[in-house]
Amino acid sequence: MTNKLRSAGVLTALALALTGCGGAKVGETEQPAAGAKECGTFNLTVSPWVGYEANAAVVAYVATKDLGCKVVKKNLKEEIAWQGFSTGEVDVNLENWGHEDLKKKYIDEQKVAVAAGSTGVKGVIGWYVPPWMVQQYPDITDWKNLNKYAALFKTSESGGKGQLLDGDPSYVTNDEALVKNLALNYKVVQSGSETALIQAFRDAEKNKKPLLAYFYEPQWFFNELKLVKIDLPPYKAGCDADPAKIACDYPPYDLDKIVSKKFADSGSPAYDLVKKFAWTNEDQNQVAKYIAVDKLTPDAAAEKWVNENQTKVNAWLGK
Amino acid sequence: MASITGSVEIRVRRPRRGVLVGVLLIAWLAAWFVLRGIDTLSLGGQETTRLHRWLTEQADVLGRGNAFFDAIRIAVDQLVVLLQNVIAQPSYGRPVPVIGWLGVVAISAYLAWAFGNWKVAILTAAGLSFLGVQGLWQESMDTLALTLGAVLLALLVGIPLGIWAGLSNRAFKVATLVLDLMQTLPTFVYLAPLTLFFAIGPAAATIATLIYAAPPVVRLTAHALRSVPAESVEAARSLGSTRSQTLLKVLLPMSRSTVVVGINQTIMAALSMVTVAALIDAPGLGQTVLKALQTLDVGVAFNAGLAIVVLAIVLDRVTTAAGDRPWRTASIRRKVLLGLGGLGALVAVWFSRTYLWAAEFPSDVNLGPRIAVAATDVTAWVQDVFGGFTFGVRDAVTEGVLNPLQALLTESPWWLVSVVIVALAFLLGSWRGALPAAVCLGLLVGTGVWYDAMVTLASTVLATVVVVAVGLVLGVWAGRNRRVDSWIRPVLDAGQTMPPFVYLVPFLALFGTSRFTAIAAAVVFAVPVTTKIVADGIRAVPVATVEAANSVGSSSWQVISKVQLPVARRAITLAVNQGLIYVLSMVVVGGLVGAGALGYDVAAGFAQSELYGKGLAAGLAIVLLGVMLDRITQAAARRTPKFRRTVRGDDKW
Repeated sequence: MTNKLRSAGVLTALALALTGCGGAKVGETEQPAAGAKECGTFNLTVSPWVGYEANAAVVAYVATKDLGCKVVKKNLKEEIAWQGFSTGEVDVNLENWGHEDLKKKYIDEQKVAVAAGSTGVKGVIGWYVPPWMVQQYPDITDWKNLNKYAALFKTSESGGKGQLLDGDPSYVTNDEALVKNLALNYKVVQSGSETALIQAFRDAEKNKKPLLAYFYEPQWFFNELKLVKIDLPPYKAGCDADPAKIACDYPPYDLDKIVSKKFADSGSPAYDLVKKFAWTNEDQNQVAKYIAVDKLTPDAAAEKWVNENQTKVNAWLGK
Repeated sequence: MASITGSVEIRVRRPRRGVLVGVLLIAWLAAWFVLRGIDTLSLGGQETTRLHRWLTEQADVLGRGNAFFDAIRIAVDQLVVLLQNVIAQPSYGRPVPVIGWLGVVAISAYLAWAFGNWKVAILTAAGLSFLGVQGLWQESMDTLALTLGAVLLALLVGIPLGIWAGLSNRAFKVATLVLDLMQTLPTFVYLAPLTLFFAIGPAAATIATLIYAAPPVVRLTAHALRSVPAESVEAARSLGSTRSQTLLKVLLPMSRSTVVVGINQTIMAALSMVTVAALIDAPGLGQTVLKALQTLDVGVAFNAGLAIVVLAIVLDRVTTAAGDRPWRTASIRRKVLLGLGGLGALVAVWFSRTYLWAAEFPSDVNLGPRIAVAATDVTAWVQDVFGGFTFGVRDAVTEGVLNPLQALLTESPWWLVSVVIVALAFLLGSWRGALPAAVCLGLLVGTGVWYDAMVTLASTVLATVVVVAVGLVLGVWAGRNRRVDSWIRPVLDAGQTMPPFVYLVPFLALFGTSRFTAIAAAVVFAVPVTTKIVADGIRAVPVATVEAANSVGSSSWQVISKVQLPVARRAITLAVNQGLIYVLSMVVVGGLVGAGALGYDVAAGFAQSELYGKGLAAGLAIVLLGVMLDRITQAAARRTPKFRRTVRGDDKW
């Protein structure tokens, strides 16, 4: 065996020596070192949903291309990213959903982070049903009719009541209180992840199964399936003051940006870019679709969008 | 044979115990009808207790910077970054890593050949090249660097601890408790605090992996030392060996194959952490999996998962071959060959530092997208064909077994459940079972998540029963037949190292969001380890014993049930223990597909700061369930008189 191995080794080495010496050498095509200018490096957290990734892709692309910054993307859950402001590991969060408690802790108390304005994207949270249900039961979108249809939503998990499927534990939900206070004959079942929710909606639409679930916009999945929102009693300021007594819809969210104090004080042009960065739900959905549906890399998706929307980008850069 | 007299004794005792257990269960059922719904201690999803809020506050206090943790962080960071610079990331001012793909393949194959044999060398070269063909070279190398870092540290800490626990009974008891804690405490519980101690970066990811991956090697090293026949030790000592001589010349060489199983398991555990560690920005394949899951892209996730499996198989086979290789000094011929091979590897490294084609994996041979499309198609086909049927199975099992069991556990008053479990533990394992059960139940009430713990307990018991049943059948089959073993092993490796996140989406499609889905995922994850340990135990049964049984005309069934299983009893107890622990380590993943209860509490604690304390309490509840079930099964196994006789090495030192 060793003989064979030896000859195989010798042959391979020979073959390598003969064929290998052609070809480009390492370092020959190296581009001039990027970065360096006055911008420097900043750490950008990337939260685990595609809409956020769209924000991150475009800002990182513009910062790198136009300002010559070095952007270090870090894939982190929201909570960890907030911690990162205090440990100095995170400089920029480009899409924050509310989190008043964390703002209080890191902006007001620890003073390690500062708010950097709205992203222009409006967040909506609520209860949704797949489109086929609305065609078949047009009045289902009014919460008052939910009890009438409760039997439809029974599953092996819901203990004889209708099932209200909840999602990723990252999001604050008032659903248990809502079900109780609106006297709905439903049980909140935790799906535990966004993946599970989306899969459930796909299955529901395809096999015409009833499904009532917690969901939110903007979300790339709306490009695939236009879910329909249930009208809960409308939100009024203060109606969610006592978590146990909530009986109204979720508030509209103005998604905003948070940066570290250190970064805000650095005078980097990247900070100005982040501060001025703002776009619309449609813009974000467009880039999210490039990433999630058309399978472009985040960078390629950003490039495509920037080329189509140069005027918006120029406004961010103050040109 | 001792086992025959033993089993006669059992036969006299068992019916009585069985009757008592039956009476107990019927009494419980009767009490449940009367007391249903009282004192169930249920707690809503967003509700917390005073303990939970206190724990939440402590998390902030703990996170203050500290020179000790900083030193560890810097050391670990440097080790991992060094490994990354060498094989994965552009470094030292060059656009490519220090060693390009050709160099990595050549060196790995050379090492596999030098420490193992030429077969695993070829496997190594083919496996690593396959990662490149998948279009995942850099990601794979990042993962490899982090895994190597974590495994090296785990062995550095774990093997000495294992030896200590193998030699000292007291250390063994403490170690078992701590290891149970390390393996069952869900990673999610310490993932967020770790980033406070060690900042976001390779150190935190490596240490999270280390905590989860070190226990198997400690456990199996200790197990191996304790299984060395007392006669061998006595022989060595009667010949005048000192303690350290006995350890180095007798105990360690005789335990080598089991220690290698431990190293294998550590590597597998480390690789199974790849995706979880990606949640705190660990680089590599885990990121690819998580990103693909955001868009439910099963194909891309599968491709990355497959790369993890390939890495696992290569590392597993090389370590196994290295463990099987007899230690002897190399012949001159071999030395010359080794030298030549080393030279060849160095030439390849030089190529990979000089030429672009050898540095960066050529992108024109990229099978990744094709594998992804194929995986997506197969999943879609399976979903279409079996979709309706699988939902039927789910509903039948849920209605028929899971819901009644869960109702019994959750709707009974907590004190009734506690009394029943303690009594059950006493019947099965006398006070050795009853005492830990009572303590664990008391603490469980204290965690404030009793109700959720009972929901999880119902699923866990069901999953563990299935795991043990399947694991025993497969393990005995593989242990008795080498060919089956070599055929089944890649499948087991895949089940153990394919990140559960990859098959969650197809499972969700097949079973919907439900507790059953979580049970199915846990079974897939836990069966491999159970099977491997059972097979290892069956194979360790002395050939002479089996032949003696064969020569008196025993049937295969008799050989299995009367000889192999009883002799391999210790390994089987370990297999049950590990099966249980692996099931429990999937509780949190189960929480992501609809299992709710403790798994969801832990995931929510990781995601929302105000629920952190509740998540930690739920994590501890999972540990308590694990310790309780483990102690009861261990005590039950110990109860049979025959087991006493096979306990060896307790009086070794």
